[in-house]
Amino acid sequence: MSKVNAILQGTLNWVDERFPLTSNWKAHLSEYYAPKNFNFWYFFGSLAMLVLVIQIVTGIFLTMHYKPDAALNASGVPVAFASVEYIMRDVSWGWLIRYMHSTGASAFFLVVYLHMFRGLLYGSYRKPRELIWLFGIGIFLCLMGEAFFGYLLPWGQMSFWGAQVIVNLFSAIPLIGNDLSIWLRGDYVVGDATLNRFFAFHVIAMPLVLLGLVGAHIIALHEVGSNNPDGIEIKKKKDANGIPLDGIPFHPYYSVKDIVGVVVFLMVFSVIVFFMPEGGGYFLEYNNFFPADPLVTPPHIAPVWYFTPYYSLLRAVTYPLFGIDAKFWGVVAMGAGTLIFAFLPWLDRSPVKSIRYRGPITKWLLSIWVVGFFILGFLGTKDPAYKFFGFIPGAPIAQLLSVYYFLFFLTMPIWSSLDRCKPEPDRVTMK
Amino acid sequence: MSCDDTVDCGRRRLLVATAAAGGVAGVAVAVPFVASMLPSERAKAAGAPVEVDISQLAPGEMKTVEWRGKPVWIINRTKEQLESLTKISDKLADPKSEKNMQPDYAKNETRSIKPEILVAVGICTHLGCSPTEKFKTGAESGIEADWPGGFICPCHGSTFDLAGRVYKSKPAPDNLEIPPHMYLGDAKLIIGEEKKA
Repeated sequence: MSKVNAILQGTLNWVDERFPLTSNWKAHLSEYYAPKNFNFWYFFGSLAMLVLVIQIVTGIFLTMHYKPDAALNASGVPVAFASVEYIMRDVSWGWLIRYMHSTGASAFFLVVYLHMFRGLLYGSYRKPRELIWLFGIGIFLCLMGEAFFGYLLPWGQMSFWGAQVIVNLFSAIPLIGNDLSIWLRGDYVVGDATLNRFFAFHVIAMPLVLLGLVGAHIIALHEVGSNNPDGIEIKKKKDANGIPLDGIPFHPYYSVKDIVGVVVFLMVFSVIVFFMPEGGGYFLEYNNFFPADPLVTPPHIAPVWYFTPYYSLLRAVTYPLFGIDAKFWGVVAMGAGTLIFAFLPWLDRSPVKSIRYRGPITKWLLSIWVVGFFILGFLGTKDPAYKFFGFIPGAPIAQLLSVYYFLFFLTMPIWSSLDRCKPEPDRVTMK
Repeated sequence: MSCDDTVDCGRRRLLVATAAAGGVAGVAVAVPFVASMLPSERAKAAGAPVEVDISQLAPGEMKTVEWRGKPVWIINRTKEQLESLTKISDKLADPKSEKNMQPDYAKNETRSIKPEILVAVGICTHLGCSPTEKFKTGAESGIEADWPGGFICPCHGSTFDLAGRVYKSKPAPDNLEIPPHMYLGDAKLIIGEEKKA
């Protein structure tokens, strides 16, 4: 046995003299100290990594059978649409791989939204973690691009009209808009050229950027260390060896904790993949089971659930301003709605980070914002003429909530500094 | 840049010049890549005019044909429908079609060459969805009680009248586009070509 150990140790030494394997292992895992009071909300970072791996692996296998081609085949069906049907019906286990990929897309947004909400709760974007947050916003934007480009590929009705609407958003930009949208499409209408380039963006351009940003996100995180539910810096109290008193090594403590999260997540994920892959029309939309038809918009089009809050912001703007069409301002509202998160580190002026020690103003305003976000998301899945209970019109409510959405952020410097905060503890608490 | 003992100005200038030349070369190399994403020669060449026979199009009926990948509607409007066009001017954003969304020969009250026949690109000027026909009038349309018939966009709810004119306070900024078109005889319509003046 000792001989085997000697050989293994020798091999490791050989590697370490050429590549910093052991030192990296220590720096990022076995001697990377994370706060000991992580709770439920801290599962979602590692789960996002897991979903990323699922998406990359299933994606690679899907490209082996998928064809980005809008031409009609011998039976009059677009080749791209037919190749997805082929994957579902004729490729061995193709249905499983595709459902994992399509469910993975929704799962990705779910865990990323929860991960971001954790940041809001505990002030994880505050100094010195601004860059972690900005890289994270980059990941979020990339993910939206990835989802959008990927959604065109099945070349169904929703794919086609969704891409049509989003590409046309750019045509709202004064002066250059029209040429810009033609350049994006590569044609005067969404067509084969658009499908081919979206495929290139989806399978290589965006994933490369995404991986780079994920790397930067983690490097920045490991430089400053994790925040925690108390929002205090564990590095302020160290023992004689320079190790934070409230820190525990990531491996094995959090690697094992995260495995529990992974198991629970995979249970839920499997139930969806096997029993409800369409997610009641929210993960895979009904109209996308029809091949793209450039002449007929389906009677009800809506984006997939993870885009609907921003879609509601887009629709909420119906008045022209400063002589520029409402369409342009709708696009601005939608863009601002996704980008405004990036300013949080500078908008939040509260003396404490965590919601645990913040006052009633923050708790109320944040709660209303979250409820509003859900209602905007819900209305985004509905017809513009939707009425709650059949008589309360949804459109003005969406407009009101859109205003609140932005006011919440824009007035944050005021209310976050006014709020009556509780004193932060010296050491982390375990509740 | 200041020349002193620590900076060799000759080399520094060479460095700056090299970086500038490299930058220019980098931008120049980007041009073919950016340009490759523009519509190809083949895409530009596509889009021949379409010929449509409208002899079978009864009053109140609508027909959709494809021109340059877009739906083009041809609607034979009834007398009542034509009358309704004049009554709703104050509800429309651009009732007199002042914005340049139609050829000059269609810049009139009915936005058409022949009063009853409307030819319009069925693409909402908001974000490019194809509006749905709502020819039924009044409350039956599900839009409003005094709806005179027209179109509603399923995406963001913009409404258009039977001349493709957009209603006020809707996300769509402009009236529907009227494509270049002309008649060859009574029943033959060419979309994508117009009579040269």
